[in-house]
Amino acid sequence: MLCDICHKNDATVHLTEIIDNQITELHLCEDCARQKGTQMEQHFGLADLLAGLADLGQQFEVMGKTETKCPNCGLSYDDFRRIGRLGCSECYQAFRDSLVVLLKRIHGSTQHLGRTPAKRTATPQVEKPSLVKQSEADILRVKLQKAVALEEFEQAARLRDKIRTLEAKKTRTKKSGEQNTK
Amino acid sequence: MKLNDLINQNCEWLKGTGPNSNIVISSRVRLARNLRYIPFAHRANKKQKEDLLKKIKEAVDTTNYTKGALFLSLADLSNLDKQFLIERHLISKEHALHSDSKAVIISDQEILSIMVNEEDHLRIQIMQSGFNLDEAWRIGSQIDEEFGKKLEYAFSQEWGYLTACPTNAGTGLRASVMLHLPALVVTKQINKVLQAITKLSLTARGFYGEGTEASGNFFQISNQVTLGHSEEDILDNIERIIKQILGHEQNARQALFEQEGAIIKDRIWRAYATLQNAHIISSRESVDLLSSVRLGIDIGLLKGLDIKTINRIFILIQPAHLQKLEGKALSAQERDVKRAEMIRRELGGK
Repeated sequence: MLCDICHKNDATVHLTEIIDNQITELHLCEDCARQKGTQMEQHFGLADLLAGLADLGQQFEVMGKTETKCPNCGLSYDDFRRIGRLGCSECYQAFRDSLVVLLKRIHGSTQHLGRTPAKRTATPQVEKPSLVKQSEADILRVKLQKAVALEEFEQAARLRDKIRTLEAKKTRTKKSGEQNTK
Repeated sequence: MKLNDLINQNCEWLKGTGPNSNIVISSRVRLARNLRYIPFAHRANKKQKEDLLKKIKEAVDTTNYTKGALFLSLADLSNLDKQFLIERHLISKEHALHSDSKAVIISDQEILSIMVNEEDHLRIQIMQSGFNLDEAWRIGSQIDEEFGKKLEYAFSQEWGYLTACPTNAGTGLRASVMLHLPALVVTKQINKVLQAITKLSLTARGFYGEGTEASGNFFQISNQVTLGHSEEDILDNIERIIKQILGHEQNARQALFEQEGAIIKDRIWRAYATLQNAHIISSRESVDLLSSVRLGIDIGLLKGLDIKTINRIFILIQPAHLQKLEGKALSAQERDVKRAEMIRRELGGK
């Protein structure tokens, strides 16, 4: 069988393409297959897929955040959308808001339930100090952000009320503490 | 051990042993791991990548299981060598593309392979023959635990192991099982099975990896979701589903043999005869015929042949393996001749 493209060499590669539900079979020689392969890779980047999944482009432009860069490796959110890969571990913190949504869409969850590496427990400084000392209200605020990002508005409203109650309590204890020292 | 020794070695996952090896070729567990702060390979400069390689080598040399493993720098390998490693499922196609500061570590029997500076800093892969994800996970988790004591992994309490692509974040665990499902294909039940699999957040691919057609009735089934479930749950989920598929395939084989006995026998014997006698054969035709022969062994039609030989031929028919066997570059046409020759030799033909 001769190659469908050059009609010169023997076809040794067999491709099945599905375009608009139409199945086309292509029989190609190695050279033409290689060229075809490069074209196809350009068509179907994982980056496009991820960007489409997150669909955060517009949202971010409105928020004027496309320029946000990872402080560790310098990758911008735009770069991430283009290549579909993060630059380093710290990118997860830098693009936190959009990644929450993306992870939820990919995995249906945003909470790790698996193993924890050994070295981490031995060196607690790995965790950001600010995260360790978080107050209950701070934790709730993070949850609130997440809920808003995921458009879980009922949950968001509940969290907002909880935070208000906590803050009110805090101000009360602070006031009473001040009175006591007087 | 050297790279060229691999071709004569019967690697673990082709042994044709292990549970359910009449249907399951192999089980694989892959862990994606990164080190904190160091940019991922696509963003790191040469020095950062070289430093990382050094750190990994230290960890490998001081870990019981990986000590003394074959450490290959991809930059030192020819294109043929790289293709050879891809065909043996020891490295990915992507890993072979730009070889700078990349490495692969291969253990005895090829049970373990670790790609360094692929998409993630570390891709730890464990292979087992037959349906044996538990053993693959046992070995993989041990190595991972040892490495975790020596290297500072990129990890967050909330999102688990942080990976270059968010699709791998969380456990970084991809468990896959390679299945041979000829009866489900012939009885046209396979599409139903594949559809059901997708709904259960698993995915199916062909024998020769991502983006390949499922030729020869081989399907590689793996989990898609890596975040939000424990490693044990992920493995448990895929094991349960695979068990069901095995049951369906077994029933389909039996029904097929009872109802269409003559047709099936005819197909198997013709496949065997062609393989024993052909003088020119493409890889596609070989895969299809070997698939029938494999079924023939399982239903007890082809006595005196073992699954191990067939598994071995499956690997040897690939381009780089044929060229390694011959010790020289071969054109596609020459390969078809050498492929037929090798198969005749392996199957005791003329």
